[in-house]
Amino acid sequence: MARAWRRAAPPAEDPAVRSRSGIELLDVGHTYGDRVVLREVSLVLPEHRVAVIGSNGSGKSTLARLLNGLVLPTSGRVLVDGLDTATDLRAVRRRVGFVFQDPDAQIVHPTVAEDVAFGLQNQRVPAAERDQRVTEVLARYGLTEHADHPAHLLSGGQKQLLAIAGVLVMRPARVVFDEPTTLLDLANRRRVGRVIEELEQDVVVVTHDLDLLAGFDRVLVVEDGRVVADGGPDETVGWYVARMS
Amino acid sequence: MSTLALYSPRLSPLHRTPAGVKLAALGALSVLLFAVPRLPVAPAALAVVVVLALGGARLTPRQLLAQLRPVWLWLVGLLAFHLVVTDLASGSLAVLRLAALVLAAAVVTATSKVADLVAVIEWLCAPLRLVGVRPGRIGLAIAMTLRFIPLVAERGARIREAQAARGATRPMFLMLVPLLVQVLQLAHTTAEALDARGADDEPPPRPLWRRS
Amino acid sequence: MSYRAADPTPARTRSKTGNGGTRDLAYVALFAAIVAVLGVIPPVAVPVIPVPITAQTLGVMLAGSVLGARRGGLALLLFLAVVAVGAPVLSGGHGGLGVFAGPTAGYLYSWPIAAFVIGWLTQLFWRRFNAGYAFLANVLGGIVVIYAIGIPFTSLYADVPLWTSFTGSFLFLPGDLVKAFIAALVADRVRRSYPVIELPARQPAHR
Repeated sequence: MARAWRRAAPPAEDPAVRSRSGIELLDVGHTYGDRVVLREVSLVLPEHRVAVIGSNGSGKSTLARLLNGLVLPTSGRVLVDGLDTATDLRAVRRRVGFVFQDPDAQIVHPTVAEDVAFGLQNQRVPAAERDQRVTEVLARYGLTEHADHPAHLLSGGQKQLLAIAGVLVMRPARVVFDEPTTLLDLANRRRVGRVIEELEQDVVVVTHDLDLLAGFDRVLVVEDGRVVADGGPDETVGWYVARMS
Repeated sequence: MSTLALYSPRLSPLHRTPAGVKLAALGALSVLLFAVPRLPVAPAALAVVVVLALGGARLTPRQLLAQLRPVWLWLVGLLAFHLVVTDLASGSLAVLRLAALVLAAAVVTATSKVADLVAVIEWLCAPLRLVGVRPGRIGLAIAMTLRFIPLVAERGARIREAQAARGATRPMFLMLVPLLVQVLQLAHTTAEALDARGADDEPPPRPLWRRS
Repeated sequence: MSYRAADPTPARTRSKTGNGGTRDLAYVALFAAIVAVLGVIPPVAVPVIPVPITAQTLGVMLAGSVLGARRGGLALLLFLAVVAVGAPVLSGGHGGLGVFAGPTAGYLYSWPIAAFVIGWLTQLFWRRFNAGYAFLANVLGGIVVIYAIGIPFTSLYADVPLWTSFTGSFLFLPGDLVKAFIAALVADRVRRSYPVIELPARQPAHR
C-alpha cells in the first residue's frame, strides 16, 4: 500500500485510476453459429452485489463471461468502469477477476502456493511482494498448511477456496463468479457464500443457489437470452420461484 | 513442480554444477562413446560416471542400481546376443556403453533441480519461436501437465464407475470417448481461466509462415 | 482470425479466448497428461521381449488425430520434456534423462514426429474423416513412422544388425494394430461430439 503512494501519480487516462462507475451493457447480443445466446440486453449495474439467476442454457453463463471479455459481444458493447471489453481487453481483465464453476478447470499449477502465485507472475509482481501476498491470501482462506500440497489432494470446498484465492490475490476491482457453489456440499456452500459476502470488491454472481442471494442489492432473472425480471432479492426470487412451480 | 520423484536433494559439487554444463557433458559423452567404439573407452567412461555419481554427487550405490533397473533385461539380452552372434568384446562394448550413458543421464537427473532443467529446455527450445511457440511458456506447460495428470486419472475413474453402475457392457476403451470430451471441455475452461488470470498479456511470436 | 469455427457442443458455448494461444497451450498440456495417464494402465508384459506393450502409443495416436499436426506434435514434445525433467511418467514409472539414453529411446524420439504425421494426415482427410481414414493415419504415422525411427536407432545403439532389431519389433505389431484400431474409433467419435481441429476457412470471414 505504502509503495503506491510513493509512485508518481499515473496519467488520468490510466485505466487503474478510473472510477468504479459500474458495468454497462449496451444492446448486447451474442450468437454462436445459428444459436442466439443473448438478445439485445441493456443493463447498467452500479450496485455492489448483483446476482444473475435463470435455468440452464438461459444465457447467464455467457452474460458472466461477457463481463471480463472471455466472450466478446457479437453486437453491442460491454463497458466495465468505462472500458470497452472489445478494445481494452487486457485492462478489463485486470479489473475483473473471474471464478469458475469447476475449480479443477481453474487450478493450473500442481501445488497450492504455486497456483496462487500464477496470476501475480503474469502481472510481473516482484518475487518478494508476490510471496507476501500469496502467504496473506492463503492464510485468509485457511490454506496455509496446504501451501506445498498437491492441489488435487484438496477437498472440493478447499479447491474452490484455492480458486478464489488465486483470483483475489491479484486484487481485482470486481469479481465475477460463475456458479461458484454448484459443485459443493452444504457446508462448503455456506463457506463460499460467506467469502463472497465478506468481499469488499463489487461482485456479480451467476448462480442456481438461491440461498446465496440474501443481502444482494439486485437480482436479475435471465431466460432465453433476455432479462425477464430485475429487482431486489426478495421480490425477484419470489417471482422466480413462483414461476418455476 | 517440487513434487517430482527423481531429483535427489544433496549438497555436492555436482549438485552445484549448472544444469546446462551437466547436460552438455552428457551430450559430449554420448558423442564420444559412439564416435570411438573401442573397448577401453566404454569401461573407462563407465568408471568415471560411477566415481562421479558416488563421489561427486554423493548418491548411494542403491540409487545407482535402481537407475539400471529399466534396462537390465536389455543388458543381459544384448550380451547373450553378442556372445552367440559376434564375440565377447563387441558384446561388452555395447553393454558397457549403454550402462555408462544411462547412468550418466540418471546422475544429471538426480543432481539437477526441475526449475534448472526447465530453464535449459526453454533455452534449447528457443528455435520453436519460429513455429509460434513461446519458450518461456514451457515451464507453465510442464506445470499444467503435472496438474492435469491426476485430474485425467480421476475423471477416468469416475466415468468407469458410472458406466459400471449402469451395468455397461460396451467395450472398455469406449470410456475414452466420454473421457476425452469431458477433459477437452475442461481444458477449454482452463484456457479461459488462463486468460482471466492474465496469461496472455503478451502475444505469442508469429509463426514463420504468417510473417510478411 | 480467419478460422472456421468448429460446430459447438450443444451444452455450452465455446468462447474464443484471447489470442487463442492459451487454448492451444491447455490442449497441448492436456494431451501430454493423457499420454502420461495411459502409461499407468498396467502394461501387457510379453514373454521373451524386454519391452512391455503399453497404452502410451495409443496416446500418441489420439494426440495427433484429435489435436492435429502442430498441437499433437507439441503435446508429445511436451510429454518428453516432462519426462526429461524427471517426472516418472513413462510406462512402468520410468523417467529422467536416463530413458533418453536407453536402447529403445529411438521410439521415444519418434513420438512427436508420429503425432505430427498423424495430425497432418487427419487434417488432410478432415472433411471426409471417418474411422477408416483415422485407422490409415494411425498405421502410417503411429506404426510406420515409429518403427522407421525406433528400429534403426536400436540397431545402431545396441550394435545389433538391422534385421534382428526389425524382427524383434514385429512382436509388437499385433498390439500396435489393435491400438491403431481403438484410436481410430475413439478419434472418429470425439470428432463428432467435440471437434478440436479447425481448418482454415475457404472464404476468410473476419470477426
